[in-house]
Amino acid sequence: MRLRPLAFLCLWPIAALAQGFSGLGTDAEGFAVPAPNPSFSFPADHGPHPDYRIEWWYLTANLTDPDGAPYGLQWTLFRSALAPGEGEGWQSPQVWFAHAAVTTQDTHLATERFARGGIGQAGVTADPFRAWIDEWTLEGADVDNLTLTARGPDFAYDMTLTADGPLVFHGEGGFSVKSIEGQASYYYSQPFYRIEGTLTLPAGRVPVSGTAWLDREWSSQPLAENQDGWDWFSLSFDDGSKLMGFQLRQSDGTDFTSSTWIAPDGTSTAYPSGAFRAEPLAHSTVAGREVPTRWQVALPDRGVDVTISTLNPNAWMDLTIPYWEGPVTMSGSHTGRGYLEMTGYE
Amino acid sequence: MTRACLSALMSHWRRNPVQIFAYLAGLALATALWSGVQAINAEARASYDAAETTLGEAQFDRLVSRQGASIDQDTYLALRRAGWQVSPVIEGRLGAVRVVGIDPITSPTGFGALDAGGPLPLDFTGPAQLFANAQTARDLPDDVTVTLTPDIASGVALGDVGIVQRLLGRDDLSYLTVAPMQPMGRPDLATVAPTLRLQPAQQGASVAQLTDSFHLNLTAFGLLSFAVGLFIVHSTIGLAFEQRRPMIRTLRSLGVPLNTLVTLITAEMLGLAAIGALIGIVLGYLIAAVLLPDVAATLRGLYGAEISGTLQLRAEWWLSGLAIAVLGTAAALAGRLWQIARMPLLASARPRAWVMASGARLRVQALGATALLIAALALSLFGQGLMAGFALLGCLLIGAALLLPVLFNWALAHLQTLAKGPVWGWFWADTRQQLPTLSLALMALLLAVSANIGVSTMVSSFRTTFVAFLDQRLAPELFVQVDDAAQSARLEAFLTQNKAEILPLLSTKAQIAGQPTDLYGVRVGQTYRDNWQFLGATPAPWDAVQAGTAVIVNEQLARRADLWVGDSVQISPDLDLPIAAVVGDYGNPHGQVVLSEDLFRTLHPDLAPLQFGIRTDDTDQLRAQITAALGIPDSAMINQAAIKAMSLAVFDRTFTVTAALNVLTLLVAGFAILMTLLTLADLRLPQLAPVWALGLTRRTLGRCELLRAVALAALVFLCAIPLGLALAWVLLTIINTQAFGWKLPMYLFPADYLKLGLYALMAALLAALWPATRLMRTRPSTLLKVFANEA
Amino acid sequence: MLLELDDVHKSFRDSETRVPVLQGVSFTLAAGQTLALTGESGSGKSTLLHIASGLEQPDQGRVLLSGTDLTRLNDRARASLRRSEIALVFQQFNLIPSLTVAANIGFQARLAGRADQDHIGRIVTALGLSDQMTKYPEALSGGQQQRVAIARALAAKPKLLLADEPTGNLDEGTAEGVLDQMMHLVAATGAALLIVTHSRLIAGRMDRQLHLSRGRLT
Repeated sequence: MRLRPLAFLCLWPIAALAQGFSGLGTDAEGFAVPAPNPSFSFPADHGPHPDYRIEWWYLTANLTDPDGAPYGLQWTLFRSALAPGEGEGWQSPQVWFAHAAVTTQDTHLATERFARGGIGQAGVTADPFRAWIDEWTLEGADVDNLTLTARGPDFAYDMTLTADGPLVFHGEGGFSVKSIEGQASYYYSQPFYRIEGTLTLPAGRVPVSGTAWLDREWSSQPLAENQDGWDWFSLSFDDGSKLMGFQLRQSDGTDFTSSTWIAPDGTSTAYPSGAFRAEPLAHSTVAGREVPTRWQVALPDRGVDVTISTLNPNAWMDLTIPYWEGPVTMSGSHTGRGYLEMTGYE
Repeated sequence: MTRACLSALMSHWRRNPVQIFAYLAGLALATALWSGVQAINAEARASYDAAETTLGEAQFDRLVSRQGASIDQDTYLALRRAGWQVSPVIEGRLGAVRVVGIDPITSPTGFGALDAGGPLPLDFTGPAQLFANAQTARDLPDDVTVTLTPDIASGVALGDVGIVQRLLGRDDLSYLTVAPMQPMGRPDLATVAPTLRLQPAQQGASVAQLTDSFHLNLTAFGLLSFAVGLFIVHSTIGLAFEQRRPMIRTLRSLGVPLNTLVTLITAEMLGLAAIGALIGIVLGYLIAAVLLPDVAATLRGLYGAEISGTLQLRAEWWLSGLAIAVLGTAAALAGRLWQIARMPLLASARPRAWVMASGARLRVQALGATALLIAALALSLFGQGLMAGFALLGCLLIGAALLLPVLFNWALAHLQTLAKGPVWGWFWADTRQQLPTLSLALMALLLAVSANIGVSTMVSSFRTTFVAFLDQRLAPELFVQVDDAAQSARLEAFLTQNKAEILPLLSTKAQIAGQPTDLYGVRVGQTYRDNWQFLGATPAPWDAVQAGTAVIVNEQLARRADLWVGDSVQISPDLDLPIAAVVGDYGNPHGQVVLSEDLFRTLHPDLAPLQFGIRTDDTDQLRAQITAALGIPDSAMINQAAIKAMSLAVFDRTFTVTAALNVLTLLVAGFAILMTLLTLADLRLPQLAPVWALGLTRRTLGRCELLRAVALAALVFLCAIPLGLALAWVLLTIINTQAFGWKLPMYLFPADYLKLGLYALMAALLAALWPATRLMRTRPSTLLKVFANEA
Repeated sequence: MLLELDDVHKSFRDSETRVPVLQGVSFTLAAGQTLALTGESGSGKSTLLHIASGLEQPDQGRVLLSGTDLTRLNDRARASLRRSEIALVFQQFNLIPSLTVAANIGFQARLAGRADQDHIGRIVTALGLSDQMTKYPEALSGGQQQRVAIARALAAKPKLLLADEPTGNLDEGTAEGVLDQMMHLVAATGAALLIVTHSRLIAGRMDRQLHLSRGRLT
């Protein structure tokens, strides 16, 4: 029943594109649009940007238990605005929703939450940092030291996170172009978290530890009209270097790609479209769909040519907005762990 | 050939305009009543569905204030922040409209009816915008922007919780719906929101169920009138076939193949049936449009069910009307076509319509009737369930209808032997001779009259019982509703100080003996002891209740859970109490358990009484004092007299509808008689001409025709009384018990039956008036043609 | 004189035009006399018989029964006279289908208030109907039905018996027998008989014969 309103929420990028890209910093409905050469101001920019249509705080983690069994964890808070700006109480145009998931080799548990802005049910403050919806929280004195919690009908987790490196800015200093036409978002990450805590699963409580990656992104028009979906990779190699790469699949069969190479010390290099390549090697039937679950990923400039395997091919987020999100491992030129998100396979 | 045959067949109607009128009008009337009633039912059902989907909340548990007050928005947020998956709802009134505000983002139902495809109400940032149907929209203030949404229940406007809060000038919530999926590790309600309690979803007590009894009445009427209409159609078809036998014989001997003839006749009759049915649907729409406001008022008053006062042309009723009319015609046609197919080519062309009913045929009919009545008896003794109840009704009615000609034949033969003088002897003999042709119309009249007796007995019995029940239950002169525990305590203190007898009522919902039940705590006192009458009780039920050692349950709970006086019910996990008495309860379909006030308070220490009954000699003065001293608004109080007046007004509305349907079914039955007599008129001439020639004037013959109709109607009425009472008995003791859980005592209303009998005689007299007048004015030469040489 | 017709005129409306049927017919019939009325089909014989019985009213002229002018009486008085003084036998549909043979035969006599069981018994025996008394008319043959009609007519002891082709629907042999019995009984009861027929044989057995042609007696 509530699928329709939410499906409507998800349709807004198309609607925005129909309005055209004005290039004047706002679109026709009054939303701000990202501009090149951004200058971020922290901690304020860890908080929400209500003048932009959509924004997220997107955390993924690769974990292991004391026996060495691998786990994946996701916690995402989305903000979606019906109109730019904030409003009083129920009149706020901000709608919040969140996804949480835990993936093991043989199960994938996911759940979601919804909230209206303005009344205190959900929101983000920058200083101290605090992102919440219902009883789910991601909070701490600053973004380098956080606690994380989420609960669903059949799982829960409580984690602590500590950042060991700097923020990484994608694209041109955080201005991440998403299409040839120039659609773009503001996009930065904190990929250097150490994470530990407890997963509560149907079988019982499991102490786990590992690494986590936080993505921050906000925009008003992330997809071009001819783009069907994306495949997004965050890879942490065993040698300490990291790679963020995504491709936007276009209806003519070509892809728009973007990637960032992150050295172990956090210095980063952004690559334009075409530098990063990802080809599906094998598909799995997941929730009645064919989804690629083995990939060949390459960034020749850095000598990366790896085969990506999913920990659990059935990591389907069967929520109001369905997509695939789960932990991966890689072999080939590099080894390591990471996360894969695939949308548009509906 | 087809065209020639068809025009030959149709020429019969041109020669007999009365017959085609009877055929079309019979079908039209039958379809009109049926589809009119169906239209009303469909409209009501659509309204209930709209109410269910608009609010859609009955299926979810709720959190409500323990004190019956509203809920702070902070409490809602505290629950959400603790992990409780709840969604806010605010309800209030803007004038006559019930305004419901929900949060579409968290609601487990979303905007229900709106989901069907209307514009989505996501723009909660904009100006005050509500969703309502056109009728409700007119009752809303002008400054509210209304998006017209036909699927929303009448009397309800829907909007975003924030917008409704603004419109109502409030910042609180009415209740919270609890989503079915809840996270693990959620804290207890008591630790997060101690002022709230969980109210389980109401199972099986929807508005539709409540009002079923009322619609059952309407449907019964619709079906009976349709049956009556089909009798008309059946006899018209029969006559048309008898009269067209010579033509059919001629056509066949001229070489028209049997198949062609059968096809043509089928096409002709069904085509005409469709025309009649369409006329009927138009008439049915008019009937429904006229009756709907009264029906709507009845349902609103009786059950608080809002139904739309405007009628829509819904396929479900007009298509069903058309289909059932054509099918009914086809059924009547099939037997006749079978006869044609088997008819020897040169069979006698002499119409057989008035051949004396042979003893054999009557014997078969008597056997069938006996079998059906025995089946009815067996069903009434051993039948289980609602379907058995309806089967019983069917067997009873059809059996009685079949028996009617047999009884009449016997009675008329008897009257003939008793008759003094040749004219009376002839009168009864002639009446008896006409029985086979008139019997269908007489059966129709029997069904109409007995249905009227049955239904009006049921409705009147219900009214009598309900009024007595109101007198029992509404003994206190004044009723006051308070908002919260504090107000409740202040009111009680104030009344105690004023030495008024107070009857506080504590209530909560519970699941008892597997049934959703209202649990009541009452202060046992003289008022209860004096006024409550029980269907079954131990010697001193109130003493046991007062001592907390027994409970009283209502009939609904007793019947559904198969409990009676002396059985034990579990009131709380560690308390079982015996039933001291079972009380008749005609105000609602829910189960009820009555405890003493003390026991109730022990079980539910945090509930305060929110309703008070007060015994007082001066209601007006006390009302004024309560308002002045406690600030309780006058609108929260109601006089006993006002409630009674309201309830009776509701019943009078019910009677309006019932009476209108009574008159309509009688009219249809009267019409059946009229049409039969008119179509028979020409065939009657050879029977009457010799009597006339022998020295009875045409005037005398005409009077005899009138007298005959009245005599037959009187006989029908005599048969209809026992049948109608049997019908009422089945409706009251079997159908009602199965459908609604209460058994109603049956009362007799002889004056009403007498009036009805008078109406039936009048209907018959009016029906015979035209044919009799026609007979009186028949020219002698027309009568003399009977004797004339055929050559 | 029992029956006297004086300058009787009658015409019928046939859509727009008036068709004259009787144009000034006059004759008399004395008690105990028998009279045959013959003529072509459509010559007006049946109409003349209907007017003589008071079933129809003439447009002009007088019909006197034992000196009473039927044309001056109202419907009820004429019906009353028909009950007590006149009996009719038609070609068909004489009988009341809902009554038994016995009830049919006794019907007019009881209407007239002079049901004489001995008299009726004699007539029934004479007509050979004794075995048929409990049957209904539809169970009888055409000849039997006409015998019942004659029995009924004579049972009431009428002064005047009017018969319109009483044997017209019967085969020759049956017709002969029925006529014989009727003539015999008429003679025995002393009634006057006016019979409409196109059979010369039948006409020849009457005291007098009148021929009707185009509405006039010739």
